[in-house]
Amino acid sequence: MTIKHIEEYRDPDTSRKIIDRIQNISKSKIRIMEVCGTHTMSIFRSGIRALLPNTISLLSGPGCPVCVTAQNEIDAFIELSRVDDVIIATFGDILRVPGTQSTLQKEKGYGGDIRVVYSTFDALDIARRNPGKRIVFLGVGFETTAPTIAASIISANEMGLDNFFVFSAHKLVPPALEALLETDNVRIDGFILPGHVSVIIGTKAYTPLFEKYKIPGAVAGFEPIDILQAVSLLIEQIESGHPRLENAYIRAVTFDGNKKAQKIMHDVFETVDINWRGMGTIPKSGLKIRKGYAAFDAQREFDILVPYSKDPKGCACGEILTGMKIPPECILYKKICTPMDPVGPCMVSSEGTCAAYYRYHS
Amino acid sequence: MCLAIPSKIVKIENNMGTIDVAGARRKVSLLLLEDAIVGDYVIVHAGFALHKIDESAANEALKILREAVSRVEGRD
Ligand code: SF4
Repeated sequence: MTIKHIEEYRDPDTSRKIIDRIQNISKSKIRIMEVCGTHTMSIFRSGIRALLPNTISLLSGPGCPVCVTAQNEIDAFIELSRVDDVIIATFGDILRVPGTQSTLQKEKGYGGDIRVVYSTFDALDIARRNPGKRIVFLGVGFETTAPTIAASIISANEMGLDNFFVFSAHKLVPPALEALLETDNVRIDGFILPGHVSVIIGTKAYTPLFEKYKIPGAVAGFEPIDILQAVSLLIEQIESGHPRLENAYIRAVTFDGNKKAQKIMHDVFETVDINWRGMGTIPKSGLKIRKGYAAFDAQREFDILVPYSKDPKGCACGEILTGMKIPPECILYKKICTPMDPVGPCMVSSEGTCAAYYRYHS
Repeated sequence: MCLAIPSKIVKIENNMGTIDVAGARRKVSLLLLEDAIVGDYVIVHAGFALHKIDESAANEALKILREAVSRVEGRD
């Protein structure tokens, strides 16, 4: 099978030409932040950072879903996994994230029933096959993941499942961008905006923010050339003094986004203030299950008491997620904290900045 | 994590599609798409098709890319 819509975005000759252009036009020292774990991985893997002129610093923002999950949420997941009749269903990355005292991985070793699934439908299957158990799906992710979880709640409702629950720890990207722009000590000259979050929400979701802050922005796909194109657009905007919101991923992202997915997400969830790792509580940046679907809300079904939560001592993940530090500036990086034995989530997830540095930045 | 490669739908049955990802077959839910037919290329995330690639937008994107590259070539 030919892989369509992809080869031309990996062509080395094209890459080189765009890099030449960037070299030619980049004058001032700037800091560009990507807010998507898949961008982080792609940037490191393709070695783009080394090819850009030293006027440009690329920073990884709060774009890795596991990394931005707050410590109290991780601790709540761990508490839930200890309930007798509970089966936890989750995407894999979260298992090794250290909570205050344990990890889901350890709980699994102690006998907790924790299963890694590929999609929420797998979790529905588990619920159907285990009528005597309560299945809790850990809802971690941004606007890309939230509609898939909303769709599974609607399906569970239609199937009459009464043993399927979702712990919604979802986070929303535009409010996080605003919070970053409002944070003292954070200097960002432009954003590379996430590809598949934007597939869902459309570029229109960013319009109010970009009108208010007049900051350069470009939505990007995941191939090296997609990212280089976005960087080149951002430099042009910055050098010409015309900040705006551009779409460098038009084969997938439209102005309106995926309206059906937005509706499904809106039918099931409402926005709430939520706590982000390293960023504190950001207004209307989380999703809570609406009353109509309350029967599927794990936070209502279970009285989860997390006595106290504490971020790992010495871990600078929070500052890394906001672009204030880079991993080598963390005292634990490589010495105590490694992908084999991670201290913080930024080293656990393959999309985490510390893990990417460790792997590609020797 | 996002799967960047658009995948082709080879079969559809009750809102579930079968896609071909570089030779491997996978099932995806089509609940988040308005309409999808066999032969469409879709972007998939966590077992769901999120977007149907629009040929004309994809071609437009390539045109922009080629123009950007030829601008650079013009300077060489
Ligand atoms: S290197 Fe480890 S301890 Fe340091 S910030 Fe990254 S995840 Fe936290």
